[in-house]
Amino acid sequence: MAASQTPSAAVLQERDLPVVRIDARRGWLALDLAELWAYRELLYFFVWRDIKVRYKQTIIGAAWAILQPVLTMLVFSLFFGRLAKIPSGGLPYPIFYYCALLPWMYFAAAMQAATNVVVEQQRVITKVYFPRVVLPISSVLSGLLDFAISFVVFAAMMVYYHIVPTRAVVWLPAFTLLAILTALGVGLWLSALNALYRDVRYVLPFLVQFWMFASPVAYPSSLVPERWRWFYGLNPMAGVIEGFRWALTGHGDPPGALLAASSAAVGLLVLGGLIYYHAVEGKIADVV
Amino acid sequence: MSRPAIHVESLCKSYRVGERERYFALRDVLMRLVTSPFRRSPQGSSDILWALRDVTFDVQPGEVVGLIGRNGAGKTTLLKILSRITHPTSGFAELHGRVGSLLEVGTGFHPELTGRENMYLSGTILGMSKREIDRKFDEIVAFAEIEKFLDTPLKHFSTGMQMRLAFAVAAHLEPEILFVDEVLAVGDIEFQKKCLGKMQEVSNSGRTIVFVSHQMNQIRRLCGRVLWIDGGRVREQGPTGAVVASYETASLLPGNTTDGRTTCFRKWSIGGEDNVVRDGLREVVFHFQLRLEAPVSQGHFGIAILSDSGSVLAGWGFDNLDIPDGDQEIVLRVPFLPLRPGAYSLTCSIFDRGNNLTGGRLLEQWYALPTLVVDTPPLSHPQDRWAGVFNIPAEIEVESMSRKV
Repeated sequence: MAASQTPSAAVLQERDLPVVRIDARRGWLALDLAELWAYRELLYFFVWRDIKVRYKQTIIGAAWAILQPVLTMLVFSLFFGRLAKIPSGGLPYPIFYYCALLPWMYFAAAMQAATNVVVEQQRVITKVYFPRVVLPISSVLSGLLDFAISFVVFAAMMVYYHIVPTRAVVWLPAFTLLAILTALGVGLWLSALNALYRDVRYVLPFLVQFWMFASPVAYPSSLVPERWRWFYGLNPMAGVIEGFRWALTGHGDPPGALLAASSAAVGLLVLGGLIYYHAVEGKIADVV
Repeated sequence: MSRPAIHVESLCKSYRVGERERYFALRDVLMRLVTSPFRRSPQGSSDILWALRDVTFDVQPGEVVGLIGRNGAGKTTLLKILSRITHPTSGFAELHGRVGSLLEVGTGFHPELTGRENMYLSGTILGMSKREIDRKFDEIVAFAEIEKFLDTPLKHFSTGMQMRLAFAVAAHLEPEILFVDEVLAVGDIEFQKKCLGKMQEVSNSGRTIVFVSHQMNQIRRLCGRVLWIDGGRVREQGPTGAVVASYETASLLPGNTTDGRTTCFRKWSIGGEDNVVRDGLREVVFHFQLRLEAPVSQGHFGIAILSDSGSVLAGWGFDNLDIPDGDQEIVLRVPFLPLRPGAYSLTCSIFDRGNNLTGGRLLEQWYALPTLVVDTPPLSHPQDRWAGVFNIPAEIEVESMSRKV
């Protein structure tokens, strides 16, 4: 019965069918753009699921995306600003801190989500094929909604403090992209590590905290001596945060050297991440 | 011969022993670096387990191939390599066509999302496009029978409903090549039948299917050819009937399954040969060998044939038996046994001094091994194979009523 060739099987044969070859050899980079494009709908649905689930599960939902940066901003303004008198370059403290917290909160959340995604999605990973790199990309992208929501608050603050954006604001998308790439780069490394070594997740909160103090969130990068600035810029978030402050308020100089160093660092981070992720990728289904 | 849809050549896969279960802690790796930086990691010295060894086979387009073998034989590993979830250690495979794999029912389901949302999510994960799901939406919903619950979160679904939804989504995948791993064993009997029907429909539409199952009845119904994997190698491949029969004979040998725990019954056969009924319309002769410690007087011998769902299809009882002690053989002749092809269980009992109703003493109730296999050709329409229980020949005539007036 089933073994007989039906006419439609012959039809199927004549069409040009995609050929998949499976063997032990593999390339060295986890990014096959053509394949990623073919799986764009899956990426979309992963992002969509993350967002849907997050906003269904938390009772306060979108309010959380606002409360978190606002409360942190208040605490920072009070302790680092009013009490410690950290220089803000003439900006009101709330603006000074909120500008930094916008990209920082996004980065911290996106990077943590990306780190955990491979372990969280292990059921899917062991049952279905898709380019695995879709996972960290999706968790980095789904954090953007929270980012957009917290931006609304910033717009209100701008009005309140009578700050008018300058032409520098056109650079904002570029800095946002840099933040996304940084989160992705770190996420690629950590999610692969997390799949292999499960205690990575315990290190993560500490890493996030440590990284925050290594970035100009609570203080301006101008506190760092001039000749060490490029080295400081190797932390990509330094370039991103100073970039945000400059693009949103127009205060100060564009963070040139810092930004160049940060961009270069992000490039290496993402490239290295793609290579490492790909090296681990093959083992993930056998390990998780 | 045409170009195969699946070509597998010398495929091997090895795991380091324990790799599957163990995960390392970064802590351990760092400690090892600190304490003994020059020693090689222990991975190099651990044992290698070959999950697949030198597996070679072809599947022609439109063929439905069954993959059978004991647990741990390597069936799932093979499917995982072919669906690109894991990589082979050596060898290669070539697939011609879009590939869908169904290794689990409900892959990607999320309990917080509604039935409708999960349909889209799971469908996309399995490889469907959104447009494809849009198009088949009503069909999937009807198949799953969940119309009323489309907008209810999945966590409020019963397990059966979840399974139905999951299978409904998966069954509407339309790749050229489909890998299916033991997923039909879900839901109630009715739904299983529906799934089997759907699978048959899919295979008739010219798709190539590789199907793993432990249920030989499903294999018999769906597959034209079978690959028997044993210890990571292809032990036998060929037409379904022959391979399944030798698999069942090998895995259900009386020696290793009764493990000496029977008290009376030793073994059984049909015509003193094997456990297969090859012609259900002729006399079938069952031989039961038993060894009695003491003679049976005025005893009872009963035998029943059960379907895979456990219902009794036929049963016979014989009273007033006097059997001397020692090795004995009971020969049961049945003039015909027109059962549909498949595997059936056989159970027999023997009582001393009476039967089950008159308070006789039960000497043994034996669930006979190997199981009874009916391997007869379908009598008329090929799809009759699994319609009902009986394989009874039938003919029809069409007579025009209009001329007879």
